[in-house]
Amino acid sequence: MKRYICGFSLFFAVAALSFFNAPTAYSISDVYKGNIYNPGILKPVDSVLKVKIGDVAPDFTLKAVSGETISLKDYRDRKNVVLSFVPAAWTPVCSDQWPGYNIVKDLFDQNDAILLGISVDNLPTLFSWTNHMGVLWFPVLSDFYPHGAVASSLGILRSDGMAERALFIIDKQGIIRYIYVRDINIRPPLDVIIKELEKLKEAS
Amino acid sequence: MKRFWSFYLLWLALFLTIVGGRALAVSPPQVGGALPDFDLAVPKDAAEKNYLGLSRGLPLFGKETFKIQQIKADVVILEIFSMYCPHCQAEAPRVNDLYAKIDKNPSLRGKIKIIGIGIGNNVYEVETFKKKYKIPFPLFTDEDFSLHKKFGEVRTPYFIVIRNYPKGSYRIVYSQLGAFGEVDQFLSQVIKLTGIK
Repeated sequence: MKRYICGFSLFFAVAALSFFNAPTAYSISDVYKGNIYNPGILKPVDSVLKVKIGDVAPDFTLKAVSGETISLKDYRDRKNVVLSFVPAAWTPVCSDQWPGYNIVKDLFDQNDAILLGISVDNLPTLFSWTNHMGVLWFPVLSDFYPHGAVASSLGILRSDGMAERALFIIDKQGIIRYIYVRDINIRPPLDVIIKELEKLKEAS
Repeated sequence: MKRFWSFYLLWLALFLTIVGGRALAVSPPQVGGALPDFDLAVPKDAAEKNYLGLSRGLPLFGKETFKIQQIKADVVILEIFSMYCPHCQAEAPRVNDLYAKIDKNPSLRGKIKIIGIGIGNNVYEVETFKKKYKIPFPLFTDEDFSLHKKFGEVRTPYFIVIRNYPKGSYRIVYSQLGAFGEVDQFLSQVIKLTGIK
């Protein structure tokens, strides 16, 4: 009994310690003030990919915050497409991701690429959230209804209904050339995207 | 009795971890307080090294890192930023303007120096920011957020003004979240708070 209770107390001690001292690997821009909801540290990956490099990317049509309706096939033969899925509006890592992409339009242009930001949030939420990021040069799409259908078609819809923090790079022929699905708690480095786009350009 | 002690220990363990965890939480540097202990990498760029006055001197000979107090300046303005932060992007031209005003004023030039630390930014991201806004002063990386933790996980941008005194002593005279506002006004405030000139 004593051993059992000691084990129990050790467990609680460790759990409490990790909860109160959980690493917070993100920064928060002052632009969002106190409006960021912190979900804590999440399971790094909670889905199974349904596509692989070399596959034709499944087409989709989604509404953008701007009011436009955008389909993946609109860019066929015209542009390489970077899909940037973020898990949720108003959360720490996501809020400091797209604003970084917003200052590198020239790097996307140089590589004949468009960026599409996608989240499973609804349009009104995405509208008020992205308004804090300044004027975004790229479309922000809502994969809200049917809930997370696009994320699901790619195999990045988590069991809690959020999408993974994922990147897909699709070439002008509609072929998936790069997939990045790693730890949801960590922002992918910018150079990952740019290097992959440069590789695509070199190959074409 | 044994059971009593086990329960007692359980609660004690819980209490200590919670209180201990809270006590470990770092608060941002305070005016008149101490800076966290940290080192920055000596820039590879000769002009930047020169700007910081890190090119010469025995204490730095052969060392690859330096401390803020070793910067050759009476005053150091430290900006904690992120390439990903919209307010930092908006503030960038103003900080450049501040740099230019200091640089153009012979009585301030060399006395006040500016550096930036990119929280959670790698070299590529910091370089992207530097290139985008043509930032003339040295920027450093804090890719793994270790400095961010030492600075109490402040939101960005965050400005700290440090008055350096001889023999490595210093005083923090300004430590504030958010844009610093009008450039001339901020510069006058820095001069007043640090008592230089």
